[in-house]
Amino acid sequence: MGLGGYLQLPFAQHALIAGTLIAIISGFIGPFVVARQMAFAVHGAAELSFTGAAAGLVIGNNPVVGALLGSVVVAGLIGVLGEKPRERDSAIGVVLAAGLGLGVFLLSRYHGFSTAATNILFGNIFGVSTGDLLLLVILAVAVLIIMVIIYRPLLFASIDPELAKARGVRTRMLGIVFLVILALTVTEAAQIVGTLLVLSLAITPAAAAQRFAAAPLVVTGLSVGFALMATDGGILLSLGSSSVPPTVYVTGISFAIYLVARLVGPVILRRRRERLRLHRLESSRSASDVYIKSFE
Amino acid sequence: MEISPGELIAVLGPNGSGKTTLLRVLLGLLRPVSGSVEIQGAPPRPASRNVGYIPQHHDFDAGLPIRGRELVELGLTGHRYGIPWPRRDITEAVDHAISEVGAQGYADAPVGLLSGGEQQRLRIAQALLGDPSVLLCDEPLLALDPRRQQEITELIDRHRTTHNAAVLFVTHEINPILPYVDRVLYLVQGRALLGEPDEVFTKETLSELYGAPVDVLEVNGRLFVISGDEGANHLLGHHHEHDNEEVPWD
Repeated sequence: MGLGGYLQLPFAQHALIAGTLIAIISGFIGPFVVARQMAFAVHGAAELSFTGAAAGLVIGNNPVVGALLGSVVVAGLIGVLGEKPRERDSAIGVVLAAGLGLGVFLLSRYHGFSTAATNILFGNIFGVSTGDLLLLVILAVAVLIIMVIIYRPLLFASIDPELAKARGVRTRMLGIVFLVILALTVTEAAQIVGTLLVLSLAITPAAAAQRFAAAPLVVTGLSVGFALMATDGGILLSLGSSSVPPTVYVTGISFAIYLVARLVGPVILRRRRERLRLHRLESSRSASDVYIKSFE
Repeated sequence: MEISPGELIAVLGPNGSGKTTLLRVLLGLLRPVSGSVEIQGAPPRPASRNVGYIPQHHDFDAGLPIRGRELVELGLTGHRYGIPWPRRDITEAVDHAISEVGAQGYADAPVGLLSGGEQQRLRIAQALLGDPSVLLCDEPLLALDPRRQQEITELIDRHRTTHNAAVLFVTHEINPILPYVDRVLYLVQGRALLGEPDEVFTKETLSELYGAPVDVLEVNGRLFVISGDEGANHLLGHHHEHDNEEVPWD
């Protein structure tokens, strides 16, 4: 069956819809993750969705709901234990280790199909049921609405927390809201690329986007675009070649975009620095003109 | 104590004497334990448009996804919810503030690439955006070379004179701003003193404030406060071993 034939099938359509939604929300939160230096929180939340999913499997045979509920618990724990930025990484490490231990225990209690467990770790975009899709649509819309609402104060709080506080931005509340959104998004993304590879959707596109632009809205747009390219491109390539799982293509494309950004980024940066240097030269020359004139 | 419009008050004192706490109270971030504070007849609250704030200087990371003009704009709209779509009236106000501080040449560059002086100019543009009638500056000259110190002080002073704004200028170093200072608020270990510079900077007044013999030297119109007393010397910041800030008064 060719690619066109696959696209008639519900599993492929579900995969593309799910992939698109997750790419949009991951790409949207990515620049904030990078600006707030929360890459490790993403990693921690992603791995811990394994524990939540395992709990969901054991208790109700539903890993997705288990992972989502677990992610909120994890966000709360990280938020409470790692309130100070300096303590955050160690708090994540502590919660991560304890949570994974619990996950291994839960999985040892589970006697169903073992693919259910590997699906949590490496993702199974081609196993998205209609129910999963519905849940994802609701979640993605909720995440997008909240992100659009808090975009500007969150940007302010991420760039200059002290001043933001002085200007009446509730930086603490925003930090916790963002942490919950992050955990929910990451858990959903884990359904596609798996917990271990979730960074390639929540961080890599944003990290690449930052090397092309500096205006916040442009960076956000590029980040969403790159995430879409990686996810939908990866799914389509996988459908076309059938034997290679989509995770490989998604992470591969994502990494390729990042490599291009690393190659092109320095050129853009050099041009910017050069323009700045010329400007400084010009303004110091005009300043010395004034200085010389005052002696005439 | 009362500060009039158009007045520039220098706030001086050793580390931990409460300079930043005073600003936090005026910003509405802290409530005074006793007494009351009013700005134009109302208690201070965060996000009030008639108070401009220039925070302590710290460098922005090179990779931050923000340019100078967005940084300035956040000073006006950063507390509002929503997406910062470009709006003509806001863009015009931002352009105006940027040209006021002479930052047109680098307003479109990522802030992380800019020098300390350039970043500080943008911060001033950000603080001046709402035409505040009160300007709170927390060591805005820290880590700048003398020429930049002079430029930044002139910008702040220009806003004071053109908008008749009251300025509270927290600083470690009085000399760069001495020509502009109307009065000095000197804080030492819970004691406070308010007066004109030539009243405050005398051997007698400062010795009483520090509770130890302190000398004031004037060299070429510049003031130097020194002490042979170990305790007072510590407060004055002449202890180089664990001083992570600039040595004040030098």
